[in-house]
Amino acid sequence: MPPLPQTVPLSWYLLLSAILFGLGVAGFLFRKNIITVFMSIELMLNAVNLSFIAFSYQFRQVDGHIFAFFVMVVAAAEAAVGLGIILTVFKNRATLQIDEISTLKN
Amino acid sequence: MSLYYTASDHFVLLPAILLALFGCAVLLFDLTALGSPRQRLWLPGLALSGLGFTAVALLRQHMLVAAQGVEISAFRGAMAVDRFALAFNWIFLVAAVLVVLFSYRHLRREGGPDHAGEYLGLVLLAHCGMFFLATSLDLVTLFIGLELMAVCFYVLVGFARDRRSSEAAIKYLLLGAFSSAFLLYGFSLLYGLAGSTRLKDIADAVANQGPGDPVVLLAVVTSAAGALFKVAAVPFHAWAPDAYEGAPTPVTAYLAVGSTAASFAFLARLFVTPLADAREIWDPLLAVIAVATLTIGNLAAVTQSNVKRLLAYSSIGHAGYVLLGLVAGNNTGLNGVAVYLLTYAPMTAGAFLIVAAMRRTARPAAAPLEAVTAAPVAASPRGRSGATVMEAQPELSSPRLEERASADDAVAATAEPAEDVDDFNGLMHRRPGYAIWMLIFLMSLAGIPPTAGFLGKYYIFLSLIEAGRYVLAVIATLYVAVALYYYFRIVRAMFAGEPDPPVGVAENWGTKVALTAAGVLTVGIGLYPEPFLRLVQIAGMR
Repeated sequence: MPPLPQTVPLSWYLLLSAILFGLGVAGFLFRKNIITVFMSIELMLNAVNLSFIAFSYQFRQVDGHIFAFFVMVVAAAEAAVGLGIILTVFKNRATLQIDEISTLKN
Repeated sequence: MSLYYTASDHFVLLPAILLALFGCAVLLFDLTALGSPRQRLWLPGLALSGLGFTAVALLRQHMLVAAQGVEISAFRGAMAVDRFALAFNWIFLVAAVLVVLFSYRHLRREGGPDHAGEYLGLVLLAHCGMFFLATSLDLVTLFIGLELMAVCFYVLVGFARDRRSSEAAIKYLLLGAFSSAFLLYGFSLLYGLAGSTRLKDIADAVANQGPGDPVVLLAVVTSAAGALFKVAAVPFHAWAPDAYEGAPTPVTAYLAVGSTAASFAFLARLFVTPLADAREIWDPLLAVIAVATLTIGNLAAVTQSNVKRLLAYSSIGHAGYVLLGLVAGNNTGLNGVAVYLLTYAPMTAGAFLIVAAMRRTARPAAAPLEAVTAAPVAASPRGRSGATVMEAQPELSSPRLEERASADDAVAATAEPAEDVDDFNGLMHRRPGYAIWMLIFLMSLAGIPPTAGFLGKYYIFLSLIEAGRYVLAVIATLYVAVALYYYFRIVRAMFAGEPDPPVGVAENWGTKVALTAAGVLTVGIGLYPEPFLRLVQIAGMR
């Protein structure tokens, strides 16, 4: 097998993926607007896609690529459902601030 | 090895194909004349027949697996029907049938328009996702199954589209998507370790790396976090009480029974086989999480006034027991997980079913006049209860009967769900049948012997003792006492409480059939467990 044309080592991709994932987690935890929180989750999923594809390239397989495609499809489905629910929340309360959505409590 | 779609692939996949087909058919028929309000029986009927065909497909798989004693592998090892998959698929089927039965004409009362086709379609598609969770042996199919189930549940939880329901849905969606991102991150690391998405290859890779490897540790922790979220284990339980309380009650039951069982199937598939060699990492982790789950679930349930929320916390406690079965890790423990989830299905569905049927009534004195006068019109299309008969013969009614009749009319007119513990006050005097069924379900949830719930707890405790985890067994036993206390708050309200204002019950044939089925299963499994135990025996018998 010919050597992979690789200029960037695998660990760099994984590091980038971990940083993106961390940024997504931070966004999820500290942002207050539902849309932004939702975007943070998408960022986390894309970080995962990056590491899947980096591994896949390293292994010379398509498995990881296929997994990344499935993640994209699921992310799209989740986004469609999520935006629908966000719309319902907004219709009911006229706000998208997470702190103000707290009717259900102990 | 063949790249084509083989007969055994088809045989394994058939239940999922049927569920997806009937799910889409129910969705589409809703648009035709069959979906019109006058033809409401069609859609639940279609959904039930879909579940019936699925049951036949499962039965054929079951007979083949039982006859040959080996698993049927499909899609070059990505899926397999074994005793494990079959046991869980039977549990999902019980849950789905009960939910379809008692969702019949229920949604209209929960407020908002009833989109019966969409609702039933989502119930079937969620069941399809559960099937993949129990049957898959590959990260990709496991992930797709999990998300198919989860996305259906996000919509179902928000189905009523009112303030509470949409809040529950957004919380469940955000936390659910967050947890699946963690799960995926763990999956990507596992793929990176093994170079394959098959659980078998991952098991080999984890065994080669050794449990001390930091990448293995990170992969185990992140995928565990994602999986434990779905079973509402502490500290990932925050979504459960809100989602359970805000969701329409039949959906709550489905979430509590189907989604939890499927997530445990997922957890067991992930931990018992591929991560078995990393056991020294996750064993103490899982033990601590199980005890924390038992503690938080049972202690928080004590102070709840809303019954749905109380049952939500109690179901967190039940998740703790099931996790202990995984911690024990022996054959008894694995069988205990399946037995526990099988017995948990009818009793929890039954308890939520009664909560779903309960209706708050206006005080007779304060009842608005138009509510009473409009009642016959509103009441007549909804099941012929005793109230309608009494309405027709007013000259016969004594004052007490009259009060009951007007209360029932107000039930039909206001249709406000009664979900507080206080709402159960005096249910025994007004609806003894419902009170006695509820007593049986609560006894079973508490684990009192003649009912099914005892059996699950018995297996879990036995497995802990066999594994020599005496401390865990003692802790688990102590929380049974706590659980007794909060379940019997409801019992005391039903039998000793004064009804003020009286509570009503909105019933129809679907509720009655589902209630009877759940009750008979709860008592039947408790009295005659043999066939049911054989049905869900997943380990130690080949």
